[in-house]
Amino acid sequence: MSTLLEAAAALSAKKVSSTELTQQALGAIERGDGAIKAFLRVDAAGALAAAGAADQRRSEGRSLGPLDGIPVALKDNILTEGLETTAGSKILKGFKPPFDATVTRRLREAGAVIIGKTNLDEFAMGSSTEASAFQKTHNPYDLTRTPGGSSGGSAAAVASRFVFGALGSDTGGSIRQPASFTNTVGLKPTWGRVSRWGVVAFASSLDQVGTFTRTVGDAAAMLDVISGVDANDSTSGDVPKSNHRELEAGVEGLTIGLPDEYVAAGLDPEVERAIRAVAAQYEKLGATVKRISLPHTKHALATYYVIACSEASSNLGRYDGVRFGHRAAAPKNLRELYLQSRSEGFGDEVKRRIMLGTFALSAGYYDAYYVKAQRVRTLIKRDFDEAFRSVDAVLCPTSPIPPWKLGEKLDDPLAMYLADVLTLPTNLAGLPAVSLPAGFTSSNLPIGAQLIGPAWGEAKVLQIARAFERETRFAERAP
Amino acid sequence: MKLTLEQVRHVAQLARLSLSPAELESYQHRLSVILEAVEQLAEVDTAGVEPTSHVLPGSAHLRADQVIAESGTARALANAPQVSGTSFVIPKVIE
Repeated sequence: MSTLLEAAAALSAKKVSSTELTQQALGAIERGDGAIKAFLRVDAAGALAAAGAADQRRSEGRSLGPLDGIPVALKDNILTEGLETTAGSKILKGFKPPFDATVTRRLREAGAVIIGKTNLDEFAMGSSTEASAFQKTHNPYDLTRTPGGSSGGSAAAVASRFVFGALGSDTGGSIRQPASFTNTVGLKPTWGRVSRWGVVAFASSLDQVGTFTRTVGDAAAMLDVISGVDANDSTSGDVPKSNHRELEAGVEGLTIGLPDEYVAAGLDPEVERAIRAVAAQYEKLGATVKRISLPHTKHALATYYVIACSEASSNLGRYDGVRFGHRAAAPKNLRELYLQSRSEGFGDEVKRRIMLGTFALSAGYYDAYYVKAQRVRTLIKRDFDEAFRSVDAVLCPTSPIPPWKLGEKLDDPLAMYLADVLTLPTNLAGLPAVSLPAGFTSSNLPIGAQLIGPAWGEAKVLQIARAFERETRFAERAP
Repeated sequence: MKLTLEQVRHVAQLARLSLSPAELESYQHRLSVILEAVEQLAEVDTAGVEPTSHVLPGSAHLRADQVIAESGTARALANAPQVSGTSFVIPKVIE
């Protein structure tokens, strides 16, 4: 299966129709997703209708651009009008959104064909997609292992060549870590680059929507469609679109920083070797690679869990069994309705995070936990500000370890949280970052390299990622 | 810090979660482990450091304050567990 931009070129040249691409995608899912379980829902009728409309437009010379007629998938925390959206939770089972998320609408307006909705950890809280209330997704490169999470379904759908691209959301690494586990390109844009209107909220100061694709160029094409200020999201940035004219410009004369703290963070030796090889490749291509320090990194995990859980406990207050979502069968009074509906509807990890966040926000603990974490967050952000005075991008592994076996870390929440230690500082600082294919372990498990840029610096980050991709063949290795 | 069972019960009430005795005990243990890990933040010198609530460079984007026709009552009610006319139905609040 070709890449997104190759498929777009084939559509342009009339070598293939969108209906054919869509039928191929539906067929591949039919044959392959029984083993992978990437999709919670496939909308064959809606997809074929959208494909037919795309073919009609093209035959009339009214094509809408590179995404017109391209099959894509959406993480199931992104609202699709009339098509069930669950966020992987029993509490939203059967919920049919009355409107599209802004990113859904923008994809439709660009002609993209929405094939279906992909699996995730419940409310995007998790790092393995095992905390979904509905199914566990398997890694296409090793079915006994996790595809990462929380956007594991979107990652697996792209890696399995079911679709050309997919959207995910990234609160602490939920796009980049599954991308690194599935040999795909995962882009988390700057906080504010992409509207979150109609995306089920987890931690609002950290959540950002981004893309899974097989190549860097495909990521740029999808970002171009979904980004931009949105009147419905006051936190969307009113800034010019990311300009990717320099995507092929290479890295000569650029400076890339390797943070001491990230390399010291208990890396798997094969992961460390792969990242050193990426750094060496960049030097060969004319970049300067230098050591830098992000001294507050060791506090990022604690800071993240206090802030993310506090915001989650507030955001998830809306699930009360009154206006939408699960309601308990026969509550005696309003209080029982809240208590029973929420207790029956939420899974264990979600309850744990609501409890932690409620505690951190409660009287007597608010200053010591929540405000303290926000102050440390400022220091973490300053570390990056300081680093970007002397480097164009920061390079580090996406995950300290390769994909683990399904079930392996479920009993130890702290061990699972530690797997995000290299991705979540970026969310705390609101920065753009990409995970790109950087090789394989001796047992053929994918390894991802992460490039982090300054705020609104997606163009430079993707340019640097592209320079590495052009020199290597890792991305082409299918499961 | 190590949470007492009483504290866990109190937090569960605040969060409107009803937990079984076994769950209460499990949360007491798991939350205590996480809170102990979080306590390292106390070591960080944050004197004079402003808290960051969000990182958007520049100010928030505000739209014009105009009435727009929204999706309508029927659609807003369509996902409700129980409705009556144009209202959401809940158990009686005032006896």
